[in-house]
Amino acid sequence: MAAQFVLNIFIAFLWMMFRDEDVLRVSTFLTGYAVGIVIVFLMYRFFGKKFYLHRLYAVIKLIFIFNSELFQSAYLVLKTVLTPKLNLQPGIFKYETVLKGEWEVPLLALLLTLTPGSVVMEVAPEGDVFYVHAMDIVKYKENLLRSLGKFEKAIMEVTR
Amino acid sequence: MNVSETVEFIAALFILFGSIISVISAFGIIRFPDVYSRAHAATKSSTLAVLLTLFGAFIYFWISEGIISVRLILGIIFVYITSPTAGHLIIRAAYRSNVARTETTKVDELKEVYEAYERQQKNPPHHTEDG
Repeated sequence: MAAQFVLNIFIAFLWMMFRDEDVLRVSTFLTGYAVGIVIVFLMYRFFGKKFYLHRLYAVIKLIFIFNSELFQSAYLVLKTVLTPKLNLQPGIFKYETVLKGEWEVPLLALLLTLTPGSVVMEVAPEGDVFYVHAMDIVKYKENLLRSLGKFEKAIMEVTR
Repeated sequence: MNVSETVEFIAALFILFGSIISVISAFGIIRFPDVYSRAHAATKSSTLAVLLTLFGAFIYFWISEGIISVRLILGIIFVYITSPTAGHLIIRAAYRSNVARTETTKVDELKEVYEAYERQQKNPPHHTEDG
């Protein structure tokens, strides 16, 4: 990964020299860096490693997922509140996660609390079992399980 | 209407939507049957309401005063992190102090685990000191 970064900086400097300006400009360097990103992206397969900005991309994707889940769940709650006749069947179900560690588990818990119709009630001391309260377990459980798998994948892309 | 007025109008719209959502989620906190479902109304839609309001204020200050308010951005980030955590802690504390669930509750897979834990706390397994 470090090799790719160094190569990218090198391309940026090369770009600056090819432009042959009288003074050093940050904007020229940044343009060169952007060009370097494209070149490194085209070449990273030859290094036999992951693209070094892959993690950044994963973080941006995770933030995007956070936002879209927040909007969806707020919409769902608002819809439920405004239904004239409330007929909720809440339930608490158990979910065993494959994630480990001090970063992954809290991230999943945060994300899960922002998911439509679920709040984490309890995390087992070992950190591998979640107890999730679903607002309407009959309607949402399948959806929840599906999106849980999606989140786990997105979090693992960032942390591993 | 020039550009800055238009953007101010959009900012005002954000704040208006934020307030409306806030009111609806307050209704939700009253209408939902038990603490656990109320936590849903409190964590999700009110988070969105606060976020929209702060974002509207951020846009307003940015366009009309030319200030990029770091405090508002920090506010948005912290609301994002703290509000789900608060909801989680509230219903966790409620469950531990045996607040009743509504009758329509279907499944409770936490109950047996929790009861086993309680029993263990009351009569802890006997340990010998010297070994």
